[in-house]
Amino acid sequence: MTPPIPAEGDPAAYGSADPTAAPTVAGPVQRTSATFIGMPKFPEAARVALANTQQRRNLHHATHTIRAKRAAVVDELPQWEALRVAGAEAKDEALTHLGDYLEQLEANLTARGAVVHWARDAQEANAIVLEIVRAKEVDEVVKVKSMATQEIELNEALEAAGINAWETDLAELIVQLGHDRPSHILVPAIHRNRSEIREIFSHEMGKVGRPAPSDLTDEPARLAEAARLHLREKFLRARVAVSGANFAVADTGTLVVVESEGNGRMCLTLPETLISVVGIEKVLPTWDDLGAMLQLLPRSSTGERMNPYTTMWSGVHEGDGPQDVHVVLLDNGRSHVLADRLGRQALRCIRCSACLNVCPVYERTGGHAYGSVYPGPIGAVLNPQLRGTTSDVDKSLPYASSLCGACFDACPVRINIPELLVELRGKVVEEGGHTAESVAMKAAAWVLSDPKRLAGAQKAATTAGRVIGKRTIRSVPGLGAWTNARDLPTPPTETFRQWWVREHGDEGGPR
Amino acid sequence: MTTPSARATDLKVALFATCFNDTMWPETPKATVRLLERLGCRVEFPLEQTCCGQLLTNTGYAADAVPLVRRFVDVFEDYDAVVAPSGSCVGSVREQHPTIAENGGDEALAHRVAQMGPRVYELSEFLVDVLGVTDVGAYFPHRVTYHPTCHSLRMLRVGDRPLQLLRAVRGIDLVELPGADECCGFGGTFAMKNADVSIAMGADKARHIVETGAEVVVAGDNSCLAHIGGLLGRQRSGVRRMHLAEILASTEEDPA
Repeated sequence: MTPPIPAEGDPAAYGSADPTAAPTVAGPVQRTSATFIGMPKFPEAARVALANTQQRRNLHHATHTIRAKRAAVVDELPQWEALRVAGAEAKDEALTHLGDYLEQLEANLTARGAVVHWARDAQEANAIVLEIVRAKEVDEVVKVKSMATQEIELNEALEAAGINAWETDLAELIVQLGHDRPSHILVPAIHRNRSEIREIFSHEMGKVGRPAPSDLTDEPARLAEAARLHLREKFLRARVAVSGANFAVADTGTLVVVESEGNGRMCLTLPETLISVVGIEKVLPTWDDLGAMLQLLPRSSTGERMNPYTTMWSGVHEGDGPQDVHVVLLDNGRSHVLADRLGRQALRCIRCSACLNVCPVYERTGGHAYGSVYPGPIGAVLNPQLRGTTSDVDKSLPYASSLCGACFDACPVRINIPELLVELRGKVVEEGGHTAESVAMKAAAWVLSDPKRLAGAQKAATTAGRVIGKRTIRSVPGLGAWTNARDLPTPPTETFRQWWVREHGDEGGPR
Repeated sequence: MTTPSARATDLKVALFATCFNDTMWPETPKATVRLLERLGCRVEFPLEQTCCGQLLTNTGYAADAVPLVRRFVDVFEDYDAVVAPSGSCVGSVREQHPTIAENGGDEALAHRVAQMGPRVYELSEFLVDVLGVTDVGAYFPHRVTYHPTCHSLRMLRVGDRPLQLLRAVRGIDLVELPGADECCGFGGTFAMKNADVSIAMGADKARHIVETGAEVVVAGDNSCLAHIGGLLGRQRSGVRRMHLAEILASTEEDPA
């Protein structure tokens, strides 16, 4: 066990009974609700989320703030559309020749002293990381914010092996200390407000390291200071860091991490060993492709012209930074997505979260209802492709959208999410769900494919219209989902078609 | 009122009423006919028309929509212009029919669909772009707020065409809707499959509408308006829903 560094000046601040005893970190952090296994289908999870008034308020405030910031920095660039096209083209080029670029990446990384590993799935990736960590004889790692490691549930795998994985991104720290799940790709604690964060810091920090000051307030600066002090000892102590990567440049063998806080750079530069788990779709053909990407990503994600910290590394540099550098290239369903002609555009995703921030569904339900570390519109198309449509939640995700199209407009790499959602709905139907619905839809198709049948069905509506008259329809058996909160339109006594024939005869009919 | 363009009388114009308007909201296609005839068009309503198939497509039954796509082309391809009072249905015809035809494996159909797509217009597009009018001679002395529906805004990109038309209506008190470009939460079967989220979205839309003090909320899609109007009605809000065509057809002699 690596001894933690005592707090400066006041060891008793840890809350230990014996102020002279060095505090210890007892085993893996318990995170009972950290995984998404067994999630209910989206409408059920959404109903619970909609009733969480604090979360609704937090999400509304956060998404609208970031929406406005993004809009301002996107609108100021006249070449934004050209950048989007360039970004999409770079990704498409990489995906079209993925095998070639990955081999080039591997060759360049290896030539520069990194060790490249290939992982077919989460289990293989976790085993590779665990083996490297065990060989270092450490019982903890510090982590850079990483979606790929969350996707494979690396923290849980490490904890099961007695190794603590410390999240060092401020928001990930909040989620981890709160025994919570991330609800947003970029700002995973978006569902929390600062008073909740103060509570979490005050109660939880001391259990896993340096506690929060006893007079902690909910001022952002004080909260950040508490996190800085808590994390600093972990940065200085840790011998192994685990990261992901935003981009992996094939022609130079360079990994890139884009961040705001500098905590990522601490992890990427201080420990002796660095393990990066990188989805195979992160590869970019050339260094020049970063030109578009490093403009698209910060403007789309945090609404900044440029992010504060961009760390790039190519293998090992003697005497500077990590001396043992590993890269785990992760498939975990991506090849399957790549095989789909339409679906593969989802692999362009650079995890900026712009689609979440503009989504009217996400804004109200938050991320947990999507049952994955990838929530929001991109999650609704990515999860059913990566994981298949077998679970209740994955079957329901393609329908978790009103198809309003705000996500497509906001996407910096032009992923047509509404089109993909419709395509995936077709897959869900094809795979045999919705039996009662499919009967109804076949019937509707039969009626609508013939004007005489349609006119027949319309007679039922106008008959109902005559019976109901001017009254308002407030409830209809079987239509509760509509009428619980909405009046139903009263059918007219005459359809347009009937009116036309009455006025014009058959004139204007088919010629 | 702008003089009807010479083009109006030359064009062979077909009305695509849409199945939903035909069955549930006949006043909207009737108003569309009145308006277009007033502007000099000779409007035909081919009786063999049925539906664009969007309900099937967006619920995951695109394969079952192929006969509807074929029927649409059969019925409408000989016209110079097809006009529909629905951004959503026109969006389906222009954006989804090509893919449905391609995926259905019928190349000839896909070709015909691609050929006619650009001649299918949402009402405000036809008025502003084809007829070249914004002042259609309408009169509507009421406080009105306009909700741009998602498919007209982000699929068809009608932009401010409906607002240009509304601003030219005599007597109208047109007030801006806060958060106008946010979805109302209808979304077709989304309104039933995810009713709670749909209602949460609609409740915010309804609140914004009520806050404007408008008497009428106007939009280019009766589907979205059925949802918005259903919420406003349940709340006894004192705001009624109207389709854009009905306001534009309204005159002093024949008020809506």
